[in-house]
Amino acid sequence: MSLVFDIAWTHVRSRVRQTGFAIAGVATGVGFSIMMASLMQGSQDDFTRRLVNTLPNITVSDERRAPPQQPAEQLYTAAELHGLTPEARRPGIKNPLATMAALEAWLPGKIAPSVKVQAIIRYANHDLATSITGIDPNREALVSDLPKQMRGATLTALYRATNAIVVGDRLADKIGARIGANITLQTSVGTRLSAQVVGFFHSGVRQIDESAAYVLIKTGQILAQQTGLINELRVRLADPLASREIAARVESDTGYKSVSWQEANEDLISTFIIRNIIMYTVVGAILLVASFGTYNIISTITHEKARDIAIMKSLGLPEFTVRSIFVVEALMIGIAGALAGFAFGYVLCLGLGSIRITNPFIDSDRLPLVYEPLHYLLAGAVALVSSVIAGYQPARKAARQHPVEIIRGAT
Amino acid sequence: MSTPLIEARKVTRILPGIVPTTLVRDVNLTIGTRDFVAITGPSGSGKSSLLYLLGLLDVPTEGEVLINGRATSQMHEEERALTRLSFLGFVFQFHFLLPEFTVRDNVMLPMRALGRLSPREMIERADALLASLGLGDHRLKRPDQLSGGQRQRVAVARALANEPPVILADEPTGSLDSKSSMQVFEVLHSLVEEHGKTVVAVTHDMGLAERMHRHVELLDGCILADQAHAGT
Repeated sequence: MSLVFDIAWTHVRSRVRQTGFAIAGVATGVGFSIMMASLMQGSQDDFTRRLVNTLPNITVSDERRAPPQQPAEQLYTAAELHGLTPEARRPGIKNPLATMAALEAWLPGKIAPSVKVQAIIRYANHDLATSITGIDPNREALVSDLPKQMRGATLTALYRATNAIVVGDRLADKIGARIGANITLQTSVGTRLSAQVVGFFHSGVRQIDESAAYVLIKTGQILAQQTGLINELRVRLADPLASREIAARVESDTGYKSVSWQEANEDLISTFIIRNIIMYTVVGAILLVASFGTYNIISTITHEKARDIAIMKSLGLPEFTVRSIFVVEALMIGIAGALAGFAFGYVLCLGLGSIRITNPFIDSDRLPLVYEPLHYLLAGAVALVSSVIAGYQPARKAARQHPVEIIRGAT
Repeated sequence: MSTPLIEARKVTRILPGIVPTTLVRDVNLTIGTRDFVAITGPSGSGKSSLLYLLGLLDVPTEGEVLINGRATSQMHEEERALTRLSFLGFVFQFHFLLPEFTVRDNVMLPMRALGRLSPREMIERADALLASLGLGDHRLKRPDQLSGGQRQRVAVARALANEPPVILADEPTGSLDSKSSMQVFEVLHSLVEEHGKTVVAVTHDMGLAERMHRHVELLDGCILADQAHAGT
């Protein structure tokens, strides 16, 4: 054992209670940091997973990012023209099957066509604005988890009745509809249709469960009053994280507005960034407070050991060695605190994960937690670094003490 | 005149402050091989300050301290520390042993800091030193299990750990009873007589000072007298 380690170990061991408190401080900081990181990351991952699973990774609509140039604008490029009415275009994606085939040739994922219609659901004196999507039940499993999210029926129930409809469970609760209920759909183009509720779905995303419904493509086209209409292509990718780049390529290939799930939920994702900043600030503050404990114990030890420091220096131990002794002590506290903190953090996560919660805003009955080694590594590294920084200052001060002053004072 | 091991040339030490205090003024002193020097003087005369200057624990405000003919004023702190570790041994009025370590570990401390011996050699040397000072049976005890005289002998053993040619002792018998004082004095005396060491000791005990080979008397930081005793 080296001299530095030997002396440091002896100092730390001889102050069991103080050292124990310092270790407990670091362990508490590390433990709560791990728990917070686990909870924040878990909730974020859970929400992201639900978003990714519920919605298509990319939605190609029949809109354009910028209104297309009018013929007059194309002819007179030098002139600024006012009062031009945008050209009325027939809704829908042109040649949807050919477009799909072209995309499927290179796109690493699956595509399903659909018809999106805005309508009002009327039932038992309730009028609710709803986003109705006409889908092909056989292809739906390729692009979303809707078949898995069905409650009370499978998606093929859409074939069982004329104008069958599947609605979100919260929407059904709002209007009081049950399976078999006949509801009225009223669109902005004047279509009025009676549809039978054949099932419910539950995506876990409140906004969707309250305002979305699914019908067959054919029914959607009737609602839109346009035979053969496909106004949306929904894409699921093998790697959802590549959605942004692939959406850009789809848009440049087809000219249609292509929105990735990240873009569609940009406000939420930016909220995650703010949330992470808050989390790291809080975690940093916890570990900073813990490092005060380390600073305190090292300061106390150096104060108590001033005479030993003086004698070591008078014997000829260089400043670096004396300083190293106390830095190593801080490191020992940091390592012990980090290890204890790992265990504490793990137990905290287990404890949190075992708590049953019933909250209307949270879909799961357990808190979403993530057991990520990176959280442990980060918390441990920050604890070690803060311990060494906390120990360095008193160690430096101790090593700089003039032995003569202390020896004179001691005698 | 024996070969100079330590030499103080016009050494002055002034403590800075609102009212600067002169601890040592214009001191010239040469310490040679096998010298057994007593430094005496009334309290505040600068005895300990001079010893710390000779032992490189303090830096003169003016003048120069030479170790083995080499000027020390330009030495880096690390070099001064290494010189203390290998060339000088210190014994203080209070033993200053590390309380958590055993007697043997305390003696081994300078050896471990210097790092020239293997762990086995360090243990053997520490045990031999302790045995030679009559402490062989106490090597695994802690300092608080020893008497004052025994602790001071352990401090002497620690000072001898790296076989330095010079031992500097600051009132080594100051906190001991007369019997223990005599034991420690005999140890220091034997270091000179039997082991060829040089011992410079600050003392208030004129009886002991007169039994040493040379007697340097200080007053107000200046050397009042420097005389060899008869028969030395």
